[in-house]
Amino acid sequence: MAAAAFYDLEGTLVSTNLVHTLGFYARNQQGLMRSLRKSAATLVSIPLFAAADSYSRMVFNDIFFRRYKGEPEDRLRFFAGELFENVLRPGVFPGAIELIQKSRSLGLRQVVVTGALDFSVEPLMRYLGVDDFVANRLEFVNGVATGRLLPPVLASATKASWIRTYAEREGLNLNESYAYSDSMSDLPMLSIVGHPAAVNPDMRLRQTALHHDWPILNLK
Amino acid sequence: MALQLRRKVHESVVFIDRDSAPRIISSGMDFQLEDLPVGTRVIYPNAPIKGLPNREAAIRYALNHPHDCDPLYAQLEPGMKVTVAIDDISMPLPPMRTPDIRQTALEILLDLLHANGVDDVHLIIAISLHRRMTESEIKRMVGPRVFKEFWPERLYNHDAEDPDRMVTIGETRHKEVLRLNRRAAESDLLIYLNYNFVPMNGGHKSVAVGLCDYESLRPHHEPQTILDSDSYMDPANSELTRKINRMGELVDEHLNVFHIETTVNNQMFKGELSFLTKNEDEFSAYDRMKYEAMRFTMSKMPRAAQRKMYNALTSDYEMIAVEAGRTDPVHERIIEKSMQQYVVPIEGQCDILICPIPEISPYNVYSTLNPLLVQVMALGYHFNMYRGKPLLKKGGVLILHHPCYDEFDHVQHPSYIEFFNRLLPETRDSHTLREKYEREFATNPSYIEMYRRGHAYHGAHPFYMWYWGENGRAHVGRVIAAGAENAHVPAALGWERADNLTEAIAMARSYVGRSAQITMLHQPVIAICDMS
Repeated sequence: MAAAAFYDLEGTLVSTNLVHTLGFYARNQQGLMRSLRKSAATLVSIPLFAAADSYSRMVFNDIFFRRYKGEPEDRLRFFAGELFENVLRPGVFPGAIELIQKSRSLGLRQVVVTGALDFSVEPLMRYLGVDDFVANRLEFVNGVATGRLLPPVLASATKASWIRTYAEREGLNLNESYAYSDSMSDLPMLSIVGHPAAVNPDMRLRQTALHHDWPILNLK
Repeated sequence: MALQLRRKVHESVVFIDRDSAPRIISSGMDFQLEDLPVGTRVIYPNAPIKGLPNREAAIRYALNHPHDCDPLYAQLEPGMKVTVAIDDISMPLPPMRTPDIRQTALEILLDLLHANGVDDVHLIIAISLHRRMTESEIKRMVGPRVFKEFWPERLYNHDAEDPDRMVTIGETRHKEVLRLNRRAAESDLLIYLNYNFVPMNGGHKSVAVGLCDYESLRPHHEPQTILDSDSYMDPANSELTRKINRMGELVDEHLNVFHIETTVNNQMFKGELSFLTKNEDEFSAYDRMKYEAMRFTMSKMPRAAQRKMYNALTSDYEMIAVEAGRTDPVHERIIEKSMQQYVVPIEGQCDILICPIPEISPYNVYSTLNPLLVQVMALGYHFNMYRGKPLLKKGGVLILHHPCYDEFDHVQHPSYIEFFNRLLPETRDSHTLREKYEREFATNPSYIEMYRRGHAYHGAHPFYMWYWGENGRAHVGRVIAAGAENAHVPAALGWERADNLTEAIAMARSYVGRSAQITMLHQPVIAICDMS
C-alpha cells in the first residue's frame, strides 16, 4: 500500500510565516500612502497575532485573514510570483529540498498541508516539486476578498482530518506515512501517522517530541 | 588452599583468596566494591608498554621510511590534489588528553605537504555512519592551528548520504559494491591517518568503511558475517576482516593510498585515577581514600552531573608505534604491536563470566550508554576480546553489571529509540531484523537528515549494534543483568535481572553448578584473552 509524507509549510520547510506574506502585500498596495498605512497596521498588529496564535489557531485565523478584506483577487494573484521570488524562495531551509528528495526516493507521495493561502504558495509548491498541496482559500465576492476563509479552514485538527480523508481517497497507508511540522498546533497531524517528526520545533513541540521519542530535525 | 589459589599464572590474572580485598566493579557511572567468591579469576589489563619518547620524531621517521612504497615526500608533486582522512572521536576512550596523536601527526603531515608545494588539501573525518563530530570536538582533535587554517571549507565530516559527494569505485568478485567519498577517491593521493585502539580497527577498514556509504556496508555489517567471525577482534579469524579486505583490494586497485597507523598503550589513566586499573590487593591507604572520596562525591550528584563529570575524564594513552606505507604491511606491524600490549594468556574457559560495564563505549562519547550500547559492550566488544576460543564456555552464564537505565540520547541516538521500543518487542532475531527493517530505518528521511545536519548516528546504526552482539548471543546460555534498576530493559534484551552481583552469582550457580569457574574482567580493561 502506498504512503505519503505530509509537511506543514511555514516554519517547517520555509522560514517565513503568514505575517511575512501579509507584510509583502501590505507593502505592495496601490499608492504610497495606502502601502504605508497597511504596513504600519500590520506591524502594530504583530503582538495581537502572536497572542491570538498562542491562544488558538482558529482565533488567530479569524483575526488575521480579516486583514485581507477588500483586496482585489487579481492583484493578490498577480503579486504571488513576486512574493515567491523575493520572500518565499530565499526563506526555503537548506535541508528542505534534500528532505523532500530523500522522501520521494522512497516512493512516498509528497503532500504539503498548510494554513497559508493557496494563491500565495502555488509557485513555491512547483519549486519544491510536491505532488499535492492543500492550503486555505480566501472567500472572494465580485473579485474582492471578504476577509473570511472558505471551509474547511486548515488548522490544528482540521489538518489531521483532511489527511485522513485524503489518505482514504488515495489509498494511502497512514501507518507507513510521515509527517513533519514545527508547531505544537500540528500535534493532531503528527499523531495520526506512523512516522512523525518535529522540525525546527518550538519549545512546546520539542518537549512533546522528546516525550514521545519522535525524531527532532533541524533543517536550517 | 589459600596459597594454591593465590598462584600467579600471569601478572594480569589474579585469583581471589579468602583474604583478598573486595574488587571495584564499574557499573555505569558508579564504582561499587564487591567481595567475589573464593577462586574467582580476575583479569586485569597488562602493564602499559612505555610510550615512544619522542612521538614527533617517530612520526617523521615513519613518513620517511614507509613499507612497500616511496617515502611520502617522494610521492608529492606541486599542484597535486591530496586528501587526508582521519579517524573520528569513537577512539580512543575516553578522549585523549591534548594534544591528540592526530593533531601531532597532522601538523607534521601538513608542513610536509606545504613544503612540497601541495596546497589543494582537504581533511575529512572518516565517520562512515557514525555521528558527525561537532565543531569543538574537531578543534580539540586536530588542534587550533590546523582548525583555523582548514575549518570548515577544507576540514569537514564525511557525509555518506550526499549523492553528489559519493562515487562508485567498483564491485568485488562477490558482487559487493563499494562507494566512497568522491573527494578522497578522486584525489591524486589519499593519506589515511589511523588510530588503532582495538584490533578490529585499522587496515582496510579505515578507507573501505570510514569513507563509504550504507550500501557498501551492507555486505559485511550483517549478522552472518559476525557469526562466522571467531572473533572479530582477532583479525586472522575474522570473517568481517576478510570481507573488508576484499573491498580493500578494490581500494588499492583504484586509489593511491598512503596509510599511517598509530597504536597506543593501555594507560587509560595515570596519576590520581590510576588506581582504577590496579589490583585491589595492592591498594595503598591513599588509593583507598581516593576511591572512597570519588564514590562519595559521585553518589551525592544527580545523574546528569555525574555524566558531566564522567565525560570530562581524559585518557593518558601514549603512542607505542607508528608505521606508514601500504595498508597491509603497515597494519600487520601495528596489530603485532597492539597484541603485544593487549594479549593476556588465559588457561581454561570459565562457566560464569562477570563483565562490569562502565559508561564508556565508542558510540556514546559525551552521551548516554543506552540499553543497546550496554548490550554491544557486553555481548559484542568484551565477549569478542579473545583469540582461540571464547573466555566463556558454550552455554555459560554472562553476568553484566550496569543499571540498564531506560535512557536514550535524542540527539545522537534517535533511531536506537525506535529500534528498542518498536522492533525488539517483535523479534530479537538479527536476520529477521535485517531483512524486515534495516533498510526502512536506513532510508528513513528523518534519520538521514538528523545524520546529515544534526549529530545523530545513521538510521542503520542500531542494527549494527545488535549484530555486533550476535556471536555472543549465540554462545552464551544466559545473560543476567546485575544491578539493573528496572526489569523491562533486561527483559526487552532477553536477559534476566538481579538486584546485585551476589544474587546474580547465586542465580548463575543454580544453572551451572556450585563448582562453576568464575572469571571477571576487571574494568576498565582492554585485553585480548589468548585462550589455551
